[in-house]
Order: sequence, then structure tokens, then C-alpha cells
Amino acid sequence: MPDLEARKVIELGYGGSERLVMNMGPQHPSAHGVFRMILTLEGETIAAMDSVIGYLHRCHEKLGETLTYAQYPSIASKTDYVAAMTSELAYVLAAEKIGKIDVPKRAQYLRVLVAELQRIASHCLWLGTWCLDLGGALGGGATVFLYCFRERELVLDLFEALTGARLLYGFHQVGGTRYDLPEGWATRCLESVKRIDQRIDEYEEMLEANTAFLVRTQAVGVVSRELAQEVGIAGPLLRGSGVEFDIRKNDPYSSYADFDFKIPVETAGDCYARYRVRMQEFRESIKIVRHVLDGLPAGPISSRPALKSVGQVRIPKGEAYARVEGPRGEVGCYVVADGSPKPYRMKWRGASFSNLAILPHIVPGHKVADVVAIMGSVDPVFGEVDR
Amino acid sequence: MTPDRAISLIKERFGLEAAGEGRSLTVEGVPVEGWQEFFDFAKETLGCRFFSFLTAVDWKEQGVEVVCRVENLDEGVGILAKCRLGADLRCPTLTGRYRGADWMERECYDMFGVRFEGHPDLRRILLSQDWEGHPLRKDYAVDTPHAPYR
Repeated sequence: MPDLEARKVIELGYGGSERLVMNMGPQHPSAHGVFRMILTLEGETIAAMDSVIGYLHRCHEKLGETLTYAQYPSIASKTDYVAAMTSELAYVLAAEKIGKIDVPKRAQYLRVLVAELQRIASHCLWLGTWCLDLGGALGGGATVFLYCFRERELVLDLFEALTGARLLYGFHQVGGTRYDLPEGWATRCLESVKRIDQRIDEYEEMLEANTAFLVRTQAVGVVSRELAQEVGIAGPLLRGSGVEFDIRKNDPYSSYADFDFKIPVETAGDCYARYRVRMQEFRESIKIVRHVLDGLPAGPISSRPALKSVGQVRIPKGEAYARVEGPRGEVGCYVVADGSPKPYRMKWRGASFSNLAILPHIVPGHKVADVVAIMGSVDPVFGEVDR
Repeated sequence: MTPDRAISLIKERFGLEAAGEGRSLTVEGVPVEGWQEFFDFAKETLGCRFFSFLTAVDWKEQGVEVVCRVENLDEGVGILAKCRLGADLRCPTLTGRYRGADWMERECYDMFGVRFEGHPDLRRILLSQDWEGHPLRKDYAVDTPHAPYR
């Protein structure tokens, strides 16, 4: 019975016998950090996946309990080190919420300004490294990577002129911001975003006309609307799965309600949908940046008086959960204050932590090469995963 | 579903006060044995299908409190519920209701030693498997010596 025999082979799949357990990481280039995946393979197909995280763990939450409200914001930037502005902002917002501290309008606008520039820089890094991971499909791979880094540099230069630092800023403080815009900065910023705006068109043209790119991203790593919410993924991943939710719009903070922007949503839930959401976010961010610079109110940048010691900022007893829409989604900070200069308890809700938790649910069934595409589309930053 | 409606539904069903401003409500004092039931209710009746985070707070003599936040993204109701644990630090798992609770509960076990009963795979997540102690407890000093990394 040759037919029956043939069917049996097909049903059993890959010989039916061999399962191979393979370590991917912790030093794998596509992890963009230290992340170990333990993959159980059947041939090229992944049957199961376990993740090992924690290599970058510094116990930020314990650290937060030992540092004062004046000290910690500059450490907060080390949780998500490629989007340092957003994590600082979440922390100071939580403290301000408990203490009912007013923030001057100018400071609120400056916060929006840097948050959006940060989103542009972070998305540049994501796009570049993701395309590098996808590699050969993009004509050598490094092309888009180098282009994106060129544009990211423009934003980092702006941050350097503003704060003196390129990656970890210490820009926010409880009650406002630490720095005001230097002379001529606004003009320079507008020039930079104009250039970035033009180049996003170039990226899209380069990628979306590339069949290899489409094949590797479309219908790969599909996350359903239900799964997305249950696991708690946020940001572009959530919106790529058809959930129209953006904290800037749905639960506005720091005067976001003053600005007019759209929330890009895609329904396919695959890598390509997440890519599309981020590409549209680039443009929305640029729009907000222009809008902020257009109507930047005059006035003080902080309501906090000058300090003689770091213990002077005291937050009354209470608790609050403050969250911001970071480039990777909901970055939240849950602070329990006991009236002393330090928080009693501080919890980070790292967007990357929750986003990464989606991997074991979507990776099985894909080929090994797809893992790289999925990982990149999730855009994890391991400083934020491990905190 | 609106925050006001959620407040009255929670009051009616569990006799608990939900307080808060805007879309975020806080529910204190959910009993340990009613923890799963509360989240069944939050998910099915209040429509809170989005799992935000789960953690704990160590209140020293007053015990450990587990804190969990879920949200109804479409209609704008967020619920932060708290549950005070007994001295045995046992808490029913939420993994059957929210898949995001898997990693969050592992982290909470890692940092506080809370045992989530019914969790399919409760092991340390951020620290190494042979780590001693639970760092976010208040009795764990910041300068506690630890074995060198291998």
C-alpha cells in the first residue's frame, strides 16, 4: 500500500522522532541585549519555547526605595536606555500625582516635545536594527540600519544640545524640567524633523517595494486582539492588533490633550502591521513636535524651588499609578509614598517586559528564521525587561 | 461600562468600596479567597480584559499586599485591586484568567516570595534559580551579600 505509507510519513511530520533543544542566546545579535530562548525544534519548526531573562537585572525597584525623589529620575532613565525620557517622565508623574504638584505649562509642553523626539529616535533604532536582523532580504541589510542611525543621530544631537547628554538625560524633575531650550534650538529642531520626515518616505519606498521584506513580515507572528489584551502587550503591538488605545489620547497626561494627532491602528496583528503602525507614528510624532514648537508658552519650567539637599523633596503619604505612552507602550510607575523623601515602594511596569511575554504564545509553529523577525517587531529593550 | 457603573456593580456584588478619579478605580481589601472570583467578575462583567501589571507591597508587620491592575480599554475603566495575604504568603493564581499574569506572578514570587497557588510554572524569573531570599521584602537589606555570579 504505497499511498498509505506516504500518508503516514506526512502525518508524522519530521520523521516523527527527533526533537532538538537549541539555545538561542544569551549573546545572540538579534536579541539586542541579553536574552536566552530555549527552543524545542522539530526540524526547522519551533514546537515550544522557554525564555530566560534577568541578565540585566539591577533591581531598580529596590534602588528606587533607597534614593530620594530628587535623585531617582536620573536613574529612572536607565530602565529603558534607548527611550530614557519616557521612563523619567513616568516616575516624576507618579510623584506629582501623589503630591498634587502643579507643573507649569511650559514644562508640560517641553515634556511632550522631548517625549515625541524620543519616540522618533527610538523608532529609528528599532527600524534599523530590525532590518539588520532581517539581513540578506534587504540587499545586505546594513543599508537601512545605517540610514536610520544617521537620522537618530540628528535627534541625539538635539538632546545633547538640550541636556548635555546623548542617551541618559536626567531631564525631568518633580515639578517640571531641569533645562530650558537653548538659543536657536527650536530652529535646529524644525530643520532636523523636516529632514527626518522626508527620509521616512525613503525608508517606506525601500522596504514596501521589497518582496523579500513583505514575505518575511506579512502573516508572521500574528497576535489576535484577545491575546494581545490578555497578555497585556501595549503600544504599537497592541495597536497593530486592532485595539485603538493610546494613553496620550485615552488618558492624557502633560497637556497631550492640547495637540491634534491621530492614533494609527492596523488590524492584521502581524509583524508588518506593527511596522506600519510605527511608521505612521513617526509622522504623528513629527506633527506633535512642530505643534509644540509652534505654540510653546512662555513662563517658568519648574515649580520646584532650588534645593539645598536631595532630601528636601517630600511627597505626602499616598499612592499613585502614573503611566505614559512610551515608544514601546505603557510605561507605568506605581509609587507608594509614606511622607519621607523616598518612596516606600516603587514598581515599574516595563512595557518591554509585558511585550516580551507574548513570544511564547506566538513563536511556536514558526521557523527559526521567523523568530528573528518576530523578536525585532516586538522591539524589546532589555534594560526595561530586566529592570 | 462607566467608572460610576463599575463602582456600583462592585459594591453590589462584593460589598467593596471602589474609589478613584477619572477612569482609574482602586479597590482595597479584596479577600484572598475571593481574589479569583473578583477578577472573573472584572473580566466578564466589567470588561477589563487588558492585564496591566501585578506586584506586591511589603507592609512589614501588617503583611504583604498583592496589587493587580486590569483595564477595560474600549470603555475606559481601570481597576487596581489589592489583597492582603496571610502569614503563609499564599495567593490564588490569575493565570487561568489572564495569560499576562504568568510572568508577573513569577516576578512577584521572585521578589516577595508570594506563592501563587495553581500557577503552572512558578519559578524565579529575574534572579537566578539558586538565589536566596526575596529582595523586595523590607527585611532584605540592600547590602545583603550574595554568592558570586558563575
